[in-house]
Amino acid sequence: MPEIICKNLSKRYDKDRLALDKINLSLKLNGVFSLIGRNGAGKTTLVRILSTTLLPSAGSAYIDGMNVMSEAGKIRERIAVVPQEARPIGWMTPKEMISSYLMWRGFSYRESIKRSEEALDLLGITKFANRLSQRLSGGTKRKVLVATAIASDADIIFLDEPTTGLDPISRGELWDLLLKLKKTRFIFLTTHYLEEAEILADRIGILENGKLLSVGNLHELRNKMGYPYSIKILGSVKEIKINKGRIVKGRDGHTQIFTTEKEARRLGSILIKRKTRFSINPVSLEDIFYYFTKEEVGEES
Amino acid sequence: MKRNVASQLLASILVNAVYAMKNMPVMLINTLLTPFSFLIVITFISRGSLLGVAIEGALIMTMVSNGLGLQGDLSHLKNDMKLQEMVVGSPTSATIYLTGMAISELIYALPALILLAILAVLFLSLTPFGIISIVGAMVMIFIVSVALGFFFSTLTADVIQSFAFGGMLSTILSALPPVYYLITYIPMPFRYLAYISPTTYAAEIAQNAAGFINISTTNLVLDWSILAVFAVVFLFIAIKKSRWVDI
Ligand SMILES: Nc1ncnc2c1ncn2[C@@H]1O[C@H](COP(=O)(O)OP(=O)(O)OP(=O)(O)O)[C@@H](O)[C@H]1O
Ligand SMILES: [Mg+2]
Repeated sequence: MPEIICKNLSKRYDKDRLALDKINLSLKLNGVFSLIGRNGAGKTTLVRILSTTLLPSAGSAYIDGMNVMSEAGKIRERIAVVPQEARPIGWMTPKEMISSYLMWRGFSYRESIKRSEEALDLLGITKFANRLSQRLSGGTKRKVLVATAIASDADIIFLDEPTTGLDPISRGELWDLLLKLKKTRFIFLTTHYLEEAEILADRIGILENGKLLSVGNLHELRNKMGYPYSIKILGSVKEIKINKGRIVKGRDGHTQIFTTEKEARRLGSILIKRKTRFSINPVSLEDIFYYFTKEEVGEES
Repeated sequence: MKRNVASQLLASILVNAVYAMKNMPVMLINTLLTPFSFLIVITFISRGSLLGVAIEGALIMTMVSNGLGLQGDLSHLKNDMKLQEMVVGSPTSATIYLTGMAISELIYALPALILLAILAVLFLSLTPFGIISIVGAMVMIFIVSVALGFFFSTLTADVIQSFAFGGMLSTILSALPPVYYLITYIPMPFRYLAYISPTTYAAEIAQNAAGFINISTTNLVLDWSILAVFAVVFLFIAIKKSRWVDI
């Protein structure tokens, strides 16, 4: 199975700060890989290096055995990129935009028009096909760009925050589309919507401060975290002794305990006896994200 | 898949010339008017005596300004639209993008060129060799401008930089050289300054071809050679040294 491989991949824009710090990664080129991480974590930087639009400072990366630096030309035959800040050209219509992009990829004019019409239809924006892009809403502009990659022949697609600015219904529709698409193509997707990563991704990577903290599917991430269960209690837990786990100040007045299954059962029965209101759930991606990226509040025991 | 290079070139032409003019007709007016501003001014202040020189100047200048126009156009597409990033991460090579965009600038210049060509036929008396010389000089100076425009556009990260590069390039390629008047009008030590600019050689070739000045065969060969060297060197820089992939 072909792979994306990063070996000690680093990027330094300025002297004092590493945007990517020795990333080691190996990913099967199928399904969806979703990269999550806080603003400035380095997601776009990694996307740009892998999509051959930015040079790394150190280390190396390969896509299906091809080096991103020395064999960029070969890689470009297979990839399509939608950059985070890209916008469709204002003086062109969505149909003109998508078909021009396809022509740059070497499709004939006729084939490009046909494919762009199909893509517009897939994204539900056919009614905007012939309107100037400068007059489209932000979300529709985003869809036009996603359509360029979807309409292309690329079997490796990089989408840097494709759903930012989409309304919840459009986002759901795009998810459905990507779920279909991922059966035949590999999608490298960054997002701030953890639900999106949970729904779409076969594997998820958590990036923080240029470091890849963890990679795996949801199940593996839970295991890596070591605490597959989350207990949420309204108020404090001062009087309860916790044998194993980590206490986190919740975001909404809750106290949250990440813990093992056994400890969760034990704490659960104590809380029931005390008639404290609480809930026990498997940890969500959001919990995992907080666990890995936020400074600790409680202590580990 | 088999990629159609003609399609790849046509994409740039559609984006940067055809769709721009079709959807924003004001651009068509702009491209038509610009070359005529200097032509009219020079013709009036010379009481008509420099009309022929000014027509030639406008022909050369249309090539320079549209060639350099590439710098602004591509900077905009690169920095404001992030289009270049989409193109870099696609099967389009820098050379194909450059060539397509260069042709797009020519097409954008076409309305003005046609009008100027009509004026040239009416007001200049040209031999076939003269016509070939003028067209050749126009092509050469276009290659120089387009190559410089492309190279500098890839260095920009922001529109402000693009303005700065644009200003510098246009000073060297269009303000310094004697395009709308004869080089003999420039007093001697300063004339050397004009020879810094590749445009000066193109203008001299064109003015000689129409009989406005008379230069020796040696100097003519020298003009062509220098212009060719400029074109080859800048084209090499554009293709090999442009910052296609960011650092
Ligand atoms: N062109 C650049 N020059 C200098 N520093 C840069 C450049 N681009 C990004 N950086 C820095 O590199 C770090 C990583 O940026 P990057 O854009 O990769 O983050 P990100 O994870 O995509 O963030 P976001 O979620 O906000 O899009 C940041 O500290 C950023 O300031
Ligand atoms: Mg980003």
